[in-house]
Amino acid sequence: MKAAVIVFPGSNCDRDVQVSIEQSTGKPCAMIWHKETELPDLDLIVIPGGFSYGDYLRSGAIAAHSPIMREVKARADSGVAVLGICNGFHVLTETQLLPGILMRNAGLKFICRDVDLRVETTNSMFTQSYAKDQVICIPIAHNDGNYMTDADTLKMLEDEDRIAFRYCDAAGGIGEAGNPNGSMANIAGILNRRRNILGMMPHPERLADQLLGGIDGRPMFDGLVEALAA
Amino acid sequence: MSNITPEIVKEHGLTEDEYDKVLEIMGREPNITELGIFSVMWSEHCSYKSSKKWLKTLHTEEPWVICGPGENAGIVDIGDGQAAIFKMESHNHPSFIEPFQGAATGVGGIMRDIFTMGARPVANMNALRFGRPDHPKTKHLVNGVVAGIGSYGNCMGVPTVGGECEFDTSYDGNILVNAMTVGVADTEKIFYSAAAGEGYPLVYVGSRTGRDGIHGATMASAEFDDDTDEKRPTVQVGDPFTEKLVLEACLELMATDAIIGIQDMGAAGLTCSTFEMASKGGVGVEMDLDLVPKRAADMTAYELMLSESQERMVMVLKPGREEEARKIFEKWELNFAVIGKLTDTGRLVLKMGGEIVGDLPIDPLAEASPEYDRPWVPTAKPAVIDAADVAAPNDPCAALKRMIGSPNFAQKRWIWDQYDHMVMGDTVQRPGGDSAVVRVHGTQKGLAVTTDCTPRYCYADPFEGGKQVVAESWRNITAVGAKPLAITDCLNFGNPERPEIMGQFVGCIEGMGEACRTLEYPVISGNVSFYNETRGEGIRPTPTIGGVGVLADVSKAATCAFEAEGDDIVLIGETTGHLGCSAYLVEIEGRDAGAPPPVDLAIERRNGDAVRGMIDEGVVSACHDISDGGVFVAMAEMAMAGNMGAAIDVPDTGIPLHAWLFGEDQARYVVTSRDAKTVLAKAADAGVPATVIGRTGSDRLTVGPSLSISVSELKSAHEDWMPKFMSAP
Repeated sequence: MKAAVIVFPGSNCDRDVQVSIEQSTGKPCAMIWHKETELPDLDLIVIPGGFSYGDYLRSGAIAAHSPIMREVKARADSGVAVLGICNGFHVLTETQLLPGILMRNAGLKFICRDVDLRVETTNSMFTQSYAKDQVICIPIAHNDGNYMTDADTLKMLEDEDRIAFRYCDAAGGIGEAGNPNGSMANIAGILNRRRNILGMMPHPERLADQLLGGIDGRPMFDGLVEALAA
Repeated sequence: MSNITPEIVKEHGLTEDEYDKVLEIMGREPNITELGIFSVMWSEHCSYKSSKKWLKTLHTEEPWVICGPGENAGIVDIGDGQAAIFKMESHNHPSFIEPFQGAATGVGGIMRDIFTMGARPVANMNALRFGRPDHPKTKHLVNGVVAGIGSYGNCMGVPTVGGECEFDTSYDGNILVNAMTVGVADTEKIFYSAAAGEGYPLVYVGSRTGRDGIHGATMASAEFDDDTDEKRPTVQVGDPFTEKLVLEACLELMATDAIIGIQDMGAAGLTCSTFEMASKGGVGVEMDLDLVPKRAADMTAYELMLSESQERMVMVLKPGREEEARKIFEKWELNFAVIGKLTDTGRLVLKMGGEIVGDLPIDPLAEASPEYDRPWVPTAKPAVIDAADVAAPNDPCAALKRMIGSPNFAQKRWIWDQYDHMVMGDTVQRPGGDSAVVRVHGTQKGLAVTTDCTPRYCYADPFEGGKQVVAESWRNITAVGAKPLAITDCLNFGNPERPEIMGQFVGCIEGMGEACRTLEYPVISGNVSFYNETRGEGIRPTPTIGGVGVLADVSKAATCAFEAEGDDIVLIGETTGHLGCSAYLVEIEGRDAGAPPPVDLAIERRNGDAVRGMIDEGVVSACHDISDGGVFVAMAEMAMAGNMGAAIDVPDTGIPLHAWLFGEDQARYVVTSRDAKTVLAKAADAGVPATVIGRTGSDRLTVGPSLSISVSELKSAHEDWMPKFMSAP
């Protein structure tokens, strides 16, 4: 699997996700500066977490207009896998590669903690290594993770099995108790229709190493390697 | 006619004697810009004029110290060609005036000190002290300070891995915000501030200079009065996004060999940074203020020299390397300007509009900076309180629950949830333990980091309190299995012009010095914050210590959580049941009295070395130091962290039960083990007292045959206070 991480001014989880990818592939993962206009031959493009452009204007809004994003869109349209984590999810909604928006957390505070997620679909290369309804523990760290969309879009996401993860309680229950940020329908991550783009607020790269407290994030990267091995 | 009236001199915080010295050095009357420069350079904040005499007595050297006090931060060798670079700094006055920006820029400033030296910051810590919880300002200050710290650290992508937070009425009018950053660099790639090379270019990078923070250093060198709110314009405004870019651009340029010397602009901005670089390098500087990037075109020389706008750096480059450096800063969309050059005149010459607007001698100004031997009186030693004179509680378990649910013991998750403590992917032990532990990226090594202070002890007996704070820091590093390397100190005190405050300062310094020497735990950086007073009411003496240790194998780091049922619990160290000045006495009896527990440093070292050896050999499953609240609170913390109870068999010592449970004797640890025999044998070999005092298991903490409390009940008391307090109207 050939992978690259896009680096914007203010990205700060770029190295973290690079480490996780390299751990799963055993191969170097490229870092691409946002001013580039071309991408090498790739199987996976990652838009990392952080504070691109300091979250000025709106999280991800300015990065969405970086030169490289035109090329990222073109690759996504051609079926290349794109994973947006946290601020990367913001960028994907701002470019309209994914529907909906991410508002300020309901509690109006930055939240950094491990949360439980329920795997809603295994029908994607990002989630195929998990079991459906499996409860996994993945950290969040964001100000703006409160997912919101209109009723029709929500129905479409549900009907098309495009919700990848929902926030849940330890037993897998979907309710207010397990919802850290007020997201509509407890949505933590969604897929595009073609299922080659995943945007998610939680950080799988942060729990992919036992020494850091868990490895529930690792199957995502291992699964991608398996799906995209070429 | 003189332009500089006595009123102007006074407004600049200079005494008459100090102004006479200014006239002597200048040989003429200074203009207003020059007077402003003297004022900030000789402010307490920048000159350490009241503390210098005593700081010199601290222990600052050990073979692993690469750079001690005097640079932007201290440096210790952590092996394999790597160094840890760290410092703690106060941002107390600005944080009280404007909590969000005050705390945020404190964090930004300390990170700049670290990456100025070539290190990538890898961990942030903070020690916060607020007034009593029911003071009308406290909640607002907590909200603002925590959000401010989070906003800066989170955006920078540097994890905030731990710290401490206490409430006490002595901070009602002066909160303390002490921020620490630890960075890692290759020992071959460390950068210092000394300038060198006649004619070499002086370069300005980062944000533009604005009118914010003018006279911040002078403000931080005076007491608060009724007009404190009017000082808000002296607080700087932070932009962590720009600082993240400055960090990346600096590290990119530092990978080349173009830099001669580099200095961040902190307190007193352009003035302090250029003076420091020139004075260390023994050179002169000629600066053209027209070339300084500005936010407002009509800024005066005075404003430009005294602005404390954030996210700015100044550096001396090798000649001919300007374009290479400019390209890097332009890539990161930052300002880059050659604003002057080094000279051999030994003078700082400022030009503007083709005219000389300031001309000051560098060395005389630096050397003649005032140094005071302020009068001081030693603090009277309080009487030792006998445990027998402290009433026993009806139910020790209820007392325990009350203590761990009190503001100072309650869990501070409400705070650390707002800090990204995992970014960079190396946080091995998160906030809440004895020390935070971060892996040194790409290696097996770990750094343990802790911040500590017990102002209650320092107030009762500054000397013993000063010893204790260093010992506790050393103990916290040891409790995770790391070798303690060095400390940074952030010395927060009241008005040094009052002899009793100066006496507290001297006592603490002497105690700290003795502990640092015996524990081979030197001070390598720090700062002093005086004038933490409002209308004559000073804070308790608060010499906050930030400690750093190293683990050769980070996977061996111990945690304080009970790990498995049926482990034996061993108490290491001697217990006498010292209740004087204890948390028990304050929280349960409402008495703030008595001598604090004495610290025997030789025993501290012996016990700690033994415990560290046990962790390294893998014979203990959990380890926790015993501090505030004694062995009972320590056990409760281990139980709550591990979600597991324990049965305590109190040994027959003749000590009253409540004194045995809550006494705060020093140099003690609780460890758990599958193999208590080996633990006891190792302790005996080292001459360390050790006793099996119980066994892990069940979901309750029990004492003897009849007393017990469930772990979940303890947890709710411990976890509920802070969120309830912050959400209450």
